[in-house]
Amino acid sequence: MDVVNAILEKNVNSNKSISVHKDLELEIDEGTLLASDYNVFDKENLRSSQDTYLKNLTRDNVQVLINKIWMLQTERVDEAIVGILPKPVFVLPRARSVPKPKPLTKWQQFAKEKGITSKKKNKSKVTWDEELEKWIPKYGYKKAKADEQKEWLVEVNDPTKFTNGEDPFTASKTAKREKQAKNELQRLRNLAKAKNVKLPRVGIPSTEHFRDARQLAAATTIARASTASVGKFQSRLPKEKDAKDIASHVPGIKKKRKEAPLSVVQEKQRNKKLAESILRSKSTILHVDAPVPSTKSAKSSNSGGKKKSSKKEGKGAKKPKGGKGKRDLRSKVGGRKRR
Amino acid sequence: MKRLSEERTKLVFEKLTKYLGDNLKVLIDRPDGTYCFRERKDRVYYVSEKILSLASTVGSDHLVSLGTCFGKFTKSGKFRLHITALNYLAPHAQYKIWVKPSAEQQFLYGHHIAKSGLGRITENTPQYQGIVVFSMNDLPLGFGVTSKSTADCKHADPMSTICFHQADIGEYIRSEDTLL
Repeated sequence: MDVVNAILEKNVNSNKSISVHKDLELEIDEGTLLASDYNVFDKENLRSSQDTYLKNLTRDNVQVLINKIWMLQTERVDEAIVGILPKPVFVLPRARSVPKPKPLTKWQQFAKEKGITSKKKNKSKVTWDEELEKWIPKYGYKKAKADEQKEWLVEVNDPTKFTNGEDPFTASKTAKREKQAKNELQRLRNLAKAKNVKLPRVGIPSTEHFRDARQLAAATTIARASTASVGKFQSRLPKEKDAKDIASHVPGIKKKRKEAPLSVVQEKQRNKKLAESILRSKSTILHVDAPVPSTKSAKSSNSGGKKKSSKKEGKGAKKPKGGKGKRDLRSKVGGRKRR
Repeated sequence: MKRLSEERTKLVFEKLTKYLGDNLKVLIDRPDGTYCFRERKDRVYYVSEKILSLASTVGSDHLVSLGTCFGKFTKSGKFRLHITALNYLAPHAQYKIWVKPSAEQQFLYGHHIAKSGLGRITENTPQYQGIVVFSMNDLPLGFGVTSKSTADCKHADPMSTICFHQADIGEYIRSEDTLL
């Protein structure tokens, strides 16, 4: 008997009861098969025998969950009992990041700025065509066919639609092709804008293209050099100069070679030459002035001959107004300038 | 410390010839050694070669001045003489004006010279000629430009301006901070 009892005891131990006592009821969401246990851990047990404690705890909780599942409505599908899960209550966090909003097209952006909204919310895709007495889609499948049927005959001499002598069918065809091309261009442009791709410029360049004068100068220089003869026969505007910073990239621009540093003796020689040339040009002017006998004629000749040199002399606030004061013939009084 | 470019040298020389005339060559070709013009921060310095080699050992940030500052290039690219150039202008000047002691102060305060203050003037001075101004006991006071030729001065009335002021030694005090 002892043996039987022992075996029975073993069996009782191995088959644990399905009813589990919990201080706090588990929160169970059958939809996601989730059970959340908010009970406090038994600290002593957790420390002394962690593995067995956690194992038992998990077993109990799973038992509670399975009890709940058995309480669900069941169905029999091909000799298998299937429980029907209700809608999940627990909101699982997203596995992936939230997708970014699609970049707006140019029109959408414009409409947003101007506050333009399409009035019809649920626009139908089809319209009633009275000619054909049929519902015809506005675009896409079967639209082209319907158009073909509608326009099987076109009046040639309709001045509002077609210019004289033009084949109306080809005209409409080209118009459609142009429309498609335009649409495609706009689509690509929107795509480029969304991907931040720089497009080649189209049309007349504006200030947007040339932010400062140097860019403009560079553009003109490159444009001039962009001929078969590298701009050799291109005429220049008065005082037009090549842009400096792009000389290495543009062929045909004369590069000024930097002078080799002069020695002191060479420099002196150069200065001497320079001084002599200046004095030579100067002396001729002085010579004209020198032998003037009378005062009046001297004045006139002086003001004629020396005007250039007097102009060069700048000296701050007290700048002599070369010859200008003489315009007023009545006042011969000098001294302080009255303004 | 830069060499003056050819264009800038030309500007400097043209300005100097207004005061020195042919004596400009004396500054370039000196018997007591080689002198050259150097440019730093738009200021033009007249330096002997010896001092130049010494100055090359000083870092550019620490170098305030060397030799004699002749003047500076303005932002518009003109060359303007400073009063510091007077040391070289005065002995070699072609045309001179001597100022009476009574008018000295007026000139040193930055005013033009009136006929009444005119002591002496070099013969045959043309109009608008750069001149050096001296006191009656031959102390150089500054420089300027004649507004009248010597012949005209004789008939001018006493209050009329004879010489336009350009620089005077009073500037050493008045514009001490801008001279260097």
